[in-house]
Amino acid sequence: MNTFWTIFGMAALTYLTKALVLMLGERVTFSPGLRTALEFVPVTVLTAIITPMVLAPHGGAAELNWRNPQLVASLCAILVSALTRHMLLTIVVALGVFFAWQYGMA
Amino acid sequence: MQNSDAPLSRLSECVTGARDTIPMLIGAAPFGVIFGTLVTVSPVSLWQGQLMSLAVYAGSSQFIGLGLISAQASFLVVWATTLIVNLRHVLYAATLLPHLRRLPTRWRLLLGLLLTDEVFAVSHASQRRQPGRTFGHWHMLGSGVAMYLNWQFWTLAGLLFGSEFPGLQSLGLDFAMVATFIAIVVPQLTNLRSVAAALTAGSLAFAWHDWPYKLGLLAAVVAGVAVGVLLSRNRNRDGELAGHSEVRP
Repeated sequence: MNTFWTIFGMAALTYLTKALVLMLGERVTFSPGLRTALEFVPVTVLTAIITPMVLAPHGGAAELNWRNPQLVASLCAILVSALTRHMLLTIVVALGVFFAWQYGMA
Repeated sequence: MQNSDAPLSRLSECVTGARDTIPMLIGAAPFGVIFGTLVTVSPVSLWQGQLMSLAVYAGSSQFIGLGLISAQASFLVVWATTLIVNLRHVLYAATLLPHLRRLPTRWRLLLGLLLTDEVFAVSHASQRRQPGRTFGHWHMLGSGVAMYLNWQFWTLAGLLFGSEFPGLQSLGLDFAMVATFIAIVVPQLTNLRSVAAALTAGSLAFAWHDWPYKLGLLAAVVAGVAVGVLLSRNRNRDGELAGHSEVRP
């Protein structure tokens, strides 16, 4: 199997995971139990993606201290978001704190 | 009247979708460049590297696939890994389906192609803020096209000039994605069930983050969802109990 066909297969399988459920469209209906489960997908998956990036930004061991700019800026972002629920403000404050912390400490 | 406004609403949804994705575009840029750079030092040729970004279009499976191909893994291993790494997209599609199920087939084929972690986050958040918009799918299209073109551009930049930007990873541009996800998740934590589900998923994803092929992530999500469902059950039972006490004389 050459590289081209390996990539082709990767593309087909990736597309299958993304589009199969969408293609079923109106033919599929979810049970109430499944619907309840799907309600929790966004908060769990997004939190699961970012938590390791924040707690261990260099991979490996956790960096649970104030020298970790990802952690400090994330805590600020959580606070701002909880208080204001304003998306853009949260992002701007988080990025501001992050870069100030990262380059201020260097 | 409504018809003459329609093109404008489509365009405005599309532009808003792309605009809502800007932090994600910044966050993905270094990964695109790094991917392109890695291709230049791998047995995969430049055009095949770009082909991966164009056709596979899924960051983590591209990195893992490139690594496996470089290590001369069997194509079956590459394919099986790709499937496992991408399983989370099934959850995304199922979550978005209620908003997309009535669209024509070609729309669903196209939006499926454009679906990524970032596009899911942005589109779901937008549907949640303002549900039932006539042209809501144009918002997802705008977000998806912006993300797609951005990924192609930075892959190409990495393929051509990657070796000239060392230390790109240490800039911390990927924090833009973290910031956006926090801004999306925190307002959704409106009850104890979602807080518990998110905390479970987050802490387990951290504890299991060195599992291969993103399986730790997948398992953490499943555990988080299970906690959420379990707590919802208790709530339903409490609801029934409350109902009983009401009919009591």
